[in-house]
Amino acid sequence: MEIPYNVAPRPDTGLYNAKLGVWLFLASEVMLFGALFSSLILLRSGAPSWPRGWEELNVPLATINTFVLIFSSVAVVMAWANFRLGEFKKGRLWLGVTLLCALGFMVIKGFEYAHKFHLHHYPSTSNFFAIYFVMTGLHGLHVLGGVVVFSYFAGPGAKMYFTERQRYTNRIEVAGLYWHFVDLVWIFLFPTLYLL
Amino acid sequence: MTDHTAHAAHGDEHLADAHDHHNDPEAIAKELKVYWMVFGGLAILTGITVGLCYGFDLPVHTAIIVAMIVALIKGFLVAGFFMHLLNERKLIYSILGITVFFFAVLLWGPWHHVYDLMK
Repeated sequence: MEIPYNVAPRPDTGLYNAKLGVWLFLASEVMLFGALFSSLILLRSGAPSWPRGWEELNVPLATINTFVLIFSSVAVVMAWANFRLGEFKKGRLWLGVTLLCALGFMVIKGFEYAHKFHLHHYPSTSNFFAIYFVMTGLHGLHVLGGVVVFSYFAGPGAKMYFTERQRYTNRIEVAGLYWHFVDLVWIFLFPTLYLL
Repeated sequence: MTDHTAHAAHGDEHLADAHDHHNDPEAIAKELKVYWMVFGGLAILTGITVGLCYGFDLPVHTAIIVAMIVALIKGFLVAGFFMHLLNERKLIYSILGITVFFFAVLLWGPWHHVYDLMK
């Protein structure tokens, strides 16, 4: 049985189903991260003392990661635009750039975590490190999720481009929406944890 | 053709037109320019936040205000242009409206706690 409205928009919503689905998923993600931001504010405001982020964390590395994620957001819209133009090779190349950025982000984050463990800073060390590891860890899991999805679309999933081009392009669009959300979360995580 | 099917056919034509425009090379070329401009804006704003909050070591309350204003502008750029929220269907706005409401409820709790501490 064919899944309806995976290419053409549904007349009543004006959206193809995957796009509506991903927006509903992102709404639930806002609540997930919202609960953690809420916890951070509560912990910080209730603590007798709280370190400034840059006293404990590596701001230059996190700044590089911010640029990496921003660039990956551009890379994914470039991929989507090229697929829409019928430029498969260029589109796939930009998907590869997105993947490299995501992996680069994880490698940098790995160095950061390794340094923290070297200094014996663990989630159990303080509330600051507990919320730092939980929030950046959950964000990192989302980045890994993006790596899995983009690896599939750049690899075996790319075959769909030659049989159902518009459906494949739509898949890149909704994966891109997820990826921009991951970028958006980092835009708020970075100053909140590292700079304030 | 019944009114219902005529309406549906008209709707499909409209959506097909929108779809053609969606893949128009000229429109896409314009979009690409916008994406690179947004990237430039995001990079500059990142530099501003790091420079002010880290380089100048602003007092914590000032740093919070500056960092959140810049983060909100960056968030607007990502959501508005990369996620195309500036030109999206009403249904998406409705979903996000409900989300923003409940997100505000989540933040209201700790804000209330901070307010109590300040009294």
